[in-house]
Order: sequence, then structure tokens, then C-alpha cells
Amino acid sequence: MSAPETLQSTALRHAFGNVLSFFILLLIGVLAFSIRLFSVIKYESVIHEFDPYFNYRVTQFLIKNGVYDFWNWFDDRTWYPLGRVIGGTVYPGLTLTAGALWRIFHSLNIPLSVETVCVFTAPIFSAFASWAAYLLTKEVKGTGAGLTAAVLLSMVPSYISRSVAGSYDNEAVAIFALIFTFYLYIKTLNTGSLFYATLNAIAYFYMVCSWGGYTFIINLIPMHVLLCIVTGRYSPRLYIAYAPLYLRKMQVVLGTLLASLVPVVGFNAVMTSEHFASFLVFIIIHVVALVYYIKGILTPQMFKVAVTLVVSVGLIVCCAALAVLIALVASSPTKGWSGRSLSLLDPTYASKYIPIIASVSEHQPPTWPSYFMDINVLAFLVPAGIIACFMPLSDASTFAVLYIVTSVYFSGVMVRLMLVLAPAACIMSGIALSEAFDVFTRSIKFQLLGATQSPQVNKAGDTNSVAKNDVVKTEISEDTLKERPSRKNKKKEKEVIEKASLVSRIEKRLLVLPLEASLIAILLLVLLGAFYVVHCVWAAAEAYSAPSIVLTTRSNNGLHVFDDFREAYAWLSHNTEVDDKVASWWDYGYQTTAMANRTVIVDNNTWNNTHIATVGTAMSSPEKAAWEIFNSLDVKYVLVVFGGFVGYPSDDINKFLWMVRIGGGVFPHIKEPDYLRDGQYRIDSQATPTMLNSLMYKLSYYRFVETDGRGFDRVRNTEIGKKYFKLTHFEEVFTTHHWMVRLYKLKPPRNRIRGKTKKSKSDLAHLCRREEKKSIKFMDLFTLVVNHR
Amino acid sequence: IDLSSQVVRTVVSLKVENNGPDSASEILLPFPEHVAKNLAFLEASVSEGKGKTKGSSDSLPIKVVNPEGMPATLSWYSVALPKELGKGGNLNLEVKAVYSHILRPFPEKITQADIQLVAFQDGAHYLSPYAVKVQSLTVKLPEPKVESYTKLGNTKFSGSEIKYGPYENLPPFSYSPIVVHYVSNNPFAVARNLVREIEISHWGNVQITENYDLVHAGAEIKGEFSRLDYQTRPHVRGASAFRNLLAKLPPRAHSIYYRDEIGNISTSNVYSDSAKTLLEIEPRYPMFGGWRTAFTIGYGLPLRDFLFQSEGKRFLNISFGCPMSDVVVENLTVKIVLPEGSNDISVSVPFPVKQSQETKFSHLDMVGRPVIVLEKINSVPEHNQYFQVYYRFSNISLLTEPLMLIFGFFLFFVACVIYTHADLTISKSSASYLAKLQWDEVQSTIQQFQSIMNRSLIVHDKLEASLRDLSRTGDVQACKAARKAADTLLKELAKEVKPLLSFLQSSSQAAQIFPKVEELVAKERELQEKLMLKHSTVVDAYEKKSSGGRDIENRVASVQQKITLLRQEVDDLLEIIDEI
Repeated sequence: MSAPETLQSTALRHAFGNVLSFFILLLIGVLAFSIRLFSVIKYESVIHEFDPYFNYRVTQFLIKNGVYDFWNWFDDRTWYPLGRVIGGTVYPGLTLTAGALWRIFHSLNIPLSVETVCVFTAPIFSAFASWAAYLLTKEVKGTGAGLTAAVLLSMVPSYISRSVAGSYDNEAVAIFALIFTFYLYIKTLNTGSLFYATLNAIAYFYMVCSWGGYTFIINLIPMHVLLCIVTGRYSPRLYIAYAPLYLRKMQVVLGTLLASLVPVVGFNAVMTSEHFASFLVFIIIHVVALVYYIKGILTPQMFKVAVTLVVSVGLIVCCAALAVLIALVASSPTKGWSGRSLSLLDPTYASKYIPIIASVSEHQPPTWPSYFMDINVLAFLVPAGIIACFMPLSDASTFAVLYIVTSVYFSGVMVRLMLVLAPAACIMSGIALSEAFDVFTRSIKFQLLGATQSPQVNKAGDTNSVAKNDVVKTEISEDTLKERPSRKNKKKEKEVIEKASLVSRIEKRLLVLPLEASLIAILLLVLLGAFYVVHCVWAAAEAYSAPSIVLTTRSNNGLHVFDDFREAYAWLSHNTEVDDKVASWWDYGYQTTAMANRTVIVDNNTWNNTHIATVGTAMSSPEKAAWEIFNSLDVKYVLVVFGGFVGYPSDDINKFLWMVRIGGGVFPHIKEPDYLRDGQYRIDSQATPTMLNSLMYKLSYYRFVETDGRGFDRVRNTEIGKKYFKLTHFEEVFTTHHWMVRLYKLKPPRNRIRGKTKKSKSDLAHLCRREEKKSIKFMDLFTLVVNHR
Repeated sequence: IDLSSQVVRTVVSLKVENNGPDSASEILLPFPEHVAKNLAFLEASVSEGKGKTKGSSDSLPIKVVNPEGMPATLSWYSVALPKELGKGGNLNLEVKAVYSHILRPFPEKITQADIQLVAFQDGAHYLSPYAVKVQSLTVKLPEPKVESYTKLGNTKFSGSEIKYGPYENLPPFSYSPIVVHYVSNNPFAVARNLVREIEISHWGNVQITENYDLVHAGAEIKGEFSRLDYQTRPHVRGASAFRNLLAKLPPRAHSIYYRDEIGNISTSNVYSDSAKTLLEIEPRYPMFGGWRTAFTIGYGLPLRDFLFQSEGKRFLNISFGCPMSDVVVENLTVKIVLPEGSNDISVSVPFPVKQSQETKFSHLDMVGRPVIVLEKINSVPEHNQYFQVYYRFSNISLLTEPLMLIFGFFLFFVACVIYTHADLTISKSSASYLAKLQWDEVQSTIQQFQSIMNRSLIVHDKLEASLRDLSRTGDVQACKAARKAADTLLKELAKEVKPLLSFLQSSSQAAQIFPKVEELVAKERELQEKLMLKHSTVVDAYEKKSSGGRDIENRVASVQQKITLLRQEVDDLLEIIDEI
């Protein structure tokens, strides 16, 4: 601090700055929390979408039965008849967090319901996440950048989309855990403190508990360590460079131990390839540390000899170990990688081999507009931030750069991982914005100061040199705020200044932008920020706060609410037997178990492809065969979602091709071309007979034609192909107000005449097969006719 | 007999005459067993006057009796008369009885398109242990459609009324069964369980939460439910279903909500005026026979409308039953949550209820709130009467919770203050701790040092400024004065620096930084000298007025260059120290 100030005023200014930034942070927290309440204000305090319902149900169980029962929970209300071991297959971070929150509230006698706690967990943690972003960016680039990054993160649409009130999903807490782990890593790197390393391991453990995305951390940090070693950053700052070693130790030893405690990760923490990099780097950093240590105690010649010796031996050992490892890894079919990770490395992998991953829209690669939608102006600010990070390249800023680069790649593979990109983009943009503001305000300040002093210069005339000195002085006092670039300049100047002070003046002036330009630039930056804020608020209010179980439309005569899903689930839960099994496509599994409390066949967990394929096959089979399948699964009710009546596009008919595809993947008699007419998916009169006879078609359009007389489907905008038909094996038991959910009951098998039971059973099977054959034959005939034409 | 809704209401107008020798103080009312168990409400009152102007006085006390010598298959109630009835005296008595679950849907299962038929059984003659002189019976039906009814002598069917009688001179216990089988599409809404929680807050609110567990107790639906049929012709294909329920809430009810366990139910309407608030709620789906649903409604009421004070006690005066018209409640539980710290609690309910007490912990409670639990089986709209809860409560206890919060936050801040100021190091003698202490000291010294340096730089600036003034005004004296002031200031500063330097020299922690500091001091001194040199040269030049500005500049130039250079170095050093 060369700014002319006394000690006291400096301290006061520090205190004032601290208090100011504390209040700014508080307000950022409030902003992050309240911008996510649009969903509660516009709709209601309710859990959103699909996965949150499962998490909500798990939380309810946890609170009701305690942690130990939760670990051992075998859920028999889903994946009937297999069931699912929830305790061992779920990331418990979110649930335990919400459970702990609930317990804290109740110990204070604040009777919040489990639902309320779950609804507001995500906004609370997004406030935490923006604070964590402040800390991280502060470590990288100072307080100003930290605050800017925190503001940006508090309302970045990408993160809002996953953490609005009610969106009770793993990502909500995981992003906080991610940023906080990174912060602690950087902090450890900067301080070399074992305390922070331990905290880091704990934060990492929390991250492992909460989200499968922890593999991102376990790979990014080793990458950074490796980068540090390769770029030689290990040697010059020995003390700090040991920090990563501590960290790695702590993380690998402590972190891995902790991680393997989580049942869902378990021994995967040492078995799968995702974790391989971290162990490799763990070894490398020890080798490097050893080398430096030996270098310290040996003479240079001895060291050289030792190096050649060790390298030659080490290479042999390494090659051997590598060969063994490769052989081990290659022996497993997926090379030790899980499907989702593989599709990260090879974006085309999922669409080729795993339709069930490809069928989820959030696993698709994003489009350009979605970048603009989700991170908005940050996309333009990121490059500037990267440049700013390079200006004085420190360990922390290399980490930030590495983070943004990898996350950009990942977000390009899967829309879902846009979420990982968002914090990185915020940090980078925060740095960029704060640097830009720094430069502009400084040049304005300089210009103003220069303006007040220039008259003196003119008047002085003879004391030109004095004035010059003045200019230089003010420049210096301002320079203290500047980062290294200016200092470098200054050093250069030192040599020049002896030759001609005039030259130095010009050079100094070059660093400073003209007053008008900087004013305009600041104005533009503010406008940019305002645009970002407007966009974020719009995104939070309009795009991302729909709970998706309640739909609304605005028409001329006010708001119209479509509450059909809950109508159906409420009907199911009150008017069917507790042990009845409900079959539906897997999308609705979580909701059915959570809201209707009925046993489902498949749900959103999608752990058993064959089971899902069975349901897909049933849905795409003719009525009789479908009845057989469902009956063998003990299903009593079939639930279909139908949007043709009101024009709700994400209904089962639109998802039907995936059912066919997934079903056909396991049961080859379901063939996708049978459902397509000339490669086109259609349900009108041109549709294939297989399509028109499939259970899904029949259950969706049963008696639909009677509503308007011609059966006009408002989603597909066509008249349906087969209009009048009767159901023989199913009966309609409930249809919601807007026809969005239709429930059918399996008719009981017809009474059989005594003594013929055996025969009729085989008959049934025959019949079923015959019918299939018939339909196929009919199909062939049909295609023949078409070909003939 | 009024059959127009799912509860059967009978109103018996008795003209009692005492023909015996003794005076009578009570009248016995018998009910057959199958009716008696569904008897939900019984009230007897003396009606005075005649015709339409008759006004009934307060209800008379009724108690269950088991008189001797009477058939045991009947349940007996005895009405105590207001005054003994002497020989030949007579009295007009009105007995009102309400039965629930006495109507039987027949057939028991219907399809969506069918209408609901209900059978009702009773006797055409008034069942009485006394001889009846003249008696007639009117059965009122909801709709003028009857499937069948028992025809006795003197039976008339007109409009929606069936008339039996009048019959004369019936002996005691005369009985002639009748069955009416008629169309009733009225909602058979039965709440299996209803829990009403009335929570009193002395901050000005009575919060009522009602949990319903509702079932359509009429004829069960069989076969398909087709939304299409229901939507196109709701009154034909779904006549037996009910869509909505109407709750009559007290006036000024606010923050009304209607939800179930999976969220808000959006199909409801509120109409309010000064006399009442009407809440029209629609279950998530139309209620067909046998279908169930569960939901919660809640609302707040202003406290002053329901809480009053008398004799140092407060009492809550609020209605007991379910606010919905035509809902029969099988198990009604009313919980009154009194504020924390209430005592001396008593309840007065106009009809018998089961009473118990429990404790509830709500927002920031320490000892919990007393809860009065009143349970009533088989409650009909007639039970919707006011009841009173008396208790004592001091206003000071109102402040406990806010004070507790304030105290809690205060403690939190105090803890923060203590944490930031306290030294929590475990081992005060450990090497690292001592090193840290020393380092802190060094740091503060360096800070002091820095500030001194800065101050001396300011002095330099002042000198420069004085020179500039000189060049502008030519005031040599002022410039000299400035020089003097600067000299003394610089001397003082140099004095101040000395102890700091010696400390830094002695401290091992500062070993790293000390060379820089020394360098800085040296440079600063040099700078100072040069500056003085420059100053005196310029002042000298002015004093002598020997030459123009250019000359002075020329003379100073070399010094000036050095000054700039030194200044640069000093600043750099300061920055370096700052970084360390």
C-alpha cells in the first residue's frame, strides 16, 4: 500500500470493506434464494418433476425410520417383482442433508413438514453455492472478482434450472459441494495448510455422497496437479508445491476411504477406471517429491547417476505394471468405465449401444441456443476471463482455466453437464468483469486526476519536470491496485526512464484508456450486466419454474390449470388396493410410488434394462399379448399419459418409439420398422397395422373419437388412424379431467371350463403367438401391396 | 320424516296429556335397536303457542334410561319436563331426532349411468309406550320419484310427499313397518375421520385446520368409469356422483387453503360477504359411489370474533362440527390448541363428548401447548353448535418467544465476538505458536514502518507542492516555511523509525524481510537528501532571482532524474514489502 494513508484509516477502510462485502454476500445469498422462489409464487410449494419425487420419498423414509433402516432399505414398491435396494444404490448426500435440516428445525420445535424442507433445500444450497463461488474466485483473483462471480452464479439460469424451489435433486447440493471442494483445494494450494486439506477431504466426501459427478473432481484435480508438475511449477515454490502433495495424500487416503463408505460407490472407488487417474497422479507426485528430496541431499553428479539408474529401473517396472493394468482393464467389456462416463468420452457411444441413456433428453448434446439460454452473456465473457487468468498465471488461475476448459467439453457432450460449466463460466466471467471494471474505473480516475493537474502543468511551464513527476507519481499510486502486467511495464520503464522521461510518460499513458472510451465501455458493461439480470429473472420466472406435474396455460379468460397427473395419482392412492401393481412407462415410476403409493414395475432408476424392455414390449404388443405380459407381472392397472386431447406434447405416444426401440433391444420380435411407415412415425390412417394394434395406441385413443367426432389429435395434428375399436382385455377405470392420464384395469381372465384348464393355457399361449404371427403376416402383405404400388 | 338428504331427520310433534292419577315429570321415548345405533342427535323442546307462531323454548335435558318392565330390544331416552304434568294437564312437545347411515342403497352397486335408489325402513305408527289417540306421518322425499312404497290404509302420495294416516286410538307399542324405495341422487358424503385443529394465537389469529377422509357412502360404482360419458352428459351419466362440497365458514375467514398430501388442489372457490364465507371445494375427481378421497382445508379467523373474557378467564366460543353442509362425520376429533402457558382449563360442550388432553410442540415451544381433544362419534350438521373453552393466560407469556429469539441471536453474536477476540490455541508454549506470535508482531511492526514511510512520502509530496507554489507565486517565504515544517516532520519520523528498525533487526522472523527494509530506509534517506538538495537549489535560485525558469530547470534536472529514479525504487520496495 503506497497510497498515502495512515495506518488507522487503512484499518478502518479494511474493516469497512469487510463489512461491505459481508453485506453484499448476504444480499447475494438472499438473491440466490429468492430468485428461485418463482415456482412457489407462481405455482405452489410442491416437489417438481420426476427424480425429486423419489428423493422426497427417500427423505420421508429416512425421517420416519432413521438412518440405519435407511441404509438397509429394500424397497418392494418398485421394480416389482425384483425390488430395489435403495440404501445401497442411492447417493445419500441430499437425503441426509434434508433429513439433518429437518431434525435441526424440529429440535428447535419449528414444525416444518418434510415437504417444505425438501422444497427449500435447493434454494438454500444455491445461496451456499454462490458463497462458495465467492471464496473460490477470491482465492483465484481477489475479492472484487469473487463478489462478481458470486452475483453471477446466484442467478445463472443453468443452475436455476436445477435448483428452483421444489427441484429437490442431487445437483442442487452437489454444485455447492463441487465449488466448495474446489475452493478448499485452491485454499490448500495457496496456504499449504493441513487443516484445509482435511476439510477438503471432507468436502470431497460430501460431494461423493451427493452426486455421481464427483468423478469430475477426482479427475480434474489430478489433471491440475499433473499440469503443475509438468509446467515446472513444482520447483520454484517448494513450500506451496507441497500442498498438493498433502492434499493428494489427504484426498486419496482419507477421501477414498471415506468415499468407499458410501454404499453406492463402495469398492468402485478403487475398481473403476474413472478413479484410475487420481491414483496414477498420486504415484507420480510421490516420485516427483522423492526426486526433489534426493536432489536436495545429493551432489549434482550423484544425482545424475541416480536419475539414470532410477529412470531405467522405473521404466521397466512401470511398463510391466501398465501392461498388467491394461490387460485387466481391457478384459472387462466396458473397459471398466460406466456407460454414462463412456458416453462422455465418446459422445456417440450411448446412441449406439444404450438406448435407455440416449432416450433421456438431458443426455443429448446441447444446441447453441441452449448455451445462450443457460449461461447467456457469460459465454462471451469467458474468453476474456481466461485471458485475465493468464495475465499473472498462478496455480489457482491455472486451475480455473483447466476447470473451464474441461467443463466446456463435458457440457458439449451432454446438456445435463451444462450445470458443471455454469459455475466455471461464472467464475471466469466474474474475473473478466471485475478486471474490466478495474481497468476502466482506474483510467477514469487517472484521467480525472490528470485533468485537475494539467492546468498546473501548463502554468508551471518551467517546472515541466515537476509536473511530469506528478503524473508519474499518481500513476504509481494507482498502479498499486493494478495487477502484474502494469508492474512488468514499470520494470521495463525503469530502464527507459533514464534515457528519456518523456517516453515513459507516453508509455504510461498507453496503459490508460481515454476517458470517453472507458466511460462508454463501463456503460456497455453495465448494460450487459443488466441484460444478463433481465434474462436470468425471465428464465427463472418463465422457463424453469414449472413443476411439470401441474401445467398452466394463459388464455383469454384467465389462467387455466391442468392438474391431471395429481388427479390420477390421488385417485390411484385412494381408490385402489394398497398392494395393486401399476404398470406405466418408466418416466412415471417415481411419481407413482411417491404420490400414489402404489407398486410400480419400472421407474426412473432404469437399473434393469430387461425389465424396462418387458414393459416396452407389452406396450408395443397387441392387446392380448400385452395382457399376458402384464398378467404375468401381476399388474392390475396400466397407466398411460395421453396429450392428444389438450395438446400436451410429452405424452406416451411421442415416447412410444423409445418403448419399441428399448423393447426390441431385448425381445427381437418387436421390430422398429413395423411401427414406421416409410421411416416415418405416424398415427394417422397411413400408420402401420402393428402400430394401430399396439396396446399403447389402443389405450391412448380408446373412445377418443367420440369427443369431437373425428378423433383429431392436437399434438400430432392429425386425425387418428383407427377410430372405433373395443378393448377386450382391459377396461377403463379412470380418465382425468383433461384426458392426460388414463388408467385401465386388466380384466380378470375369463372363466374356464373345468378340466380344460391345461389346454386352454397352452391355447392361450398359442393364440398369442398366432395372433402375433397373423399380424406380422398381415404386415408383410401390407408392405407387399405398398411395394407393388 | 325428512328424507331429502343422506341424514334422516324426524320431527315428532307430541301433544302429551296426562290421564293418569299421578303427575308425571318425564316422558319416555323409545327407539328400536337398529335405529337407535344410528341415532346421531336427539333434541326435545316444549313448543308454545299454536300454528305458525309457535316458538320453541330451550331444549330439555335428555338422558338414557333403562326402565323396568319394558322390552329390552328398545333403547330408551327420557325427557325431563320443565314442570310436572298434573292430572289432565297437557303439553306440546317437539322431539327432533337425526339419524345417519340409516338409508340403504339398493341395489348396492350401480353403473355410471344408473341412478341411485335408496331404501328406508320405519314404522307407520309412532312407537310409544303410551297410548296414541291420533297420529299421522309424512315422509318427505328429495325427488318426486319413488320406486315403491308400502301401501297401508290411508296412504297418499302426492308431489314428493307420502302421507300415512291419520290413525286413531293406537295401543302402546303398535308397529306397522313401511319401506320406501326412492330415487336419491344426493351426495352421500361421509367423512370417515375428521380432525379439526383449532389453534389459538394471542397475536390475533385462530387457525383452523381440518383433515378430511371422505368417502361416497352411496351405491358403489361397478364397471367402467368413462370420462367421456361423464363429460358429455354429467347429469345422466354420473347422476349419483358429487362434484363439489360447500363449506360455510365464519365471516372474515382469511388465508384459506385447500390441499391434500401431494399438493394444492386448484379447484375451489371462495365467496365472502359480511355474514359468512362460502368455500366451494371440488375434490380432485368426481366422487362416485365407494370412491374415497382425503384432503385438508385450513383457514384463519380473527381472534376477537371468537375469544372473550369473563371473570378474569378467557373463553373461546367456536362451533364444534364440520362446516360443510350435508356431511356426516363418523369420527370427529376436535383439538383445541391453547397458547403455551395456559392453565385452569375447562370445556363446556352442549352434548356428550369424549374428552382428553395432550401436549403439542409448535414454533419454539419450551414446555409445549396444552391441547384439549374432544371426540364425537357420528356427528351430523346438527352438532354444529357453539362450545366454550375456558382458560387463564397471562399476556406476559406472549413475549417469551420473541425474547427468546432476541436472546438467542444476542448469544450468537456474543459468541462470534468472543471467538474473533479469543485466543483458542491449546498449547501456549509450542514453538509454532510462539513463532506465530512473533510473526504477528513483526507484521504489525512492518505495518507501522510502512505507514511511517508513507507519511514521509507525503512530506516529500508537500515539499514538491511548495516548489510548485513557488514557481507560480514566487513566494519564497512560504516555501521556506514549508521546508522547515517538512524538516521537523521528517526528523520526527526518522526518530519513530529507529525503534522499529531495531526490533526488526533483533527478531529472527524478520530476517527475510529485514534487508529489504534496510534498503528501503537507505533509499528513502537518499531520496530525502536529493529532494532537499533540489529544494534548496530552487529556493536559492528564486531568492537570487538570477535567472529564468529554464536555468533553474537545467540546474535541477540531474537531481530531478535521480529523484524520480529513487522514488521509483522506493515505491517498488514498498510494494515488495507489502507483498511479503
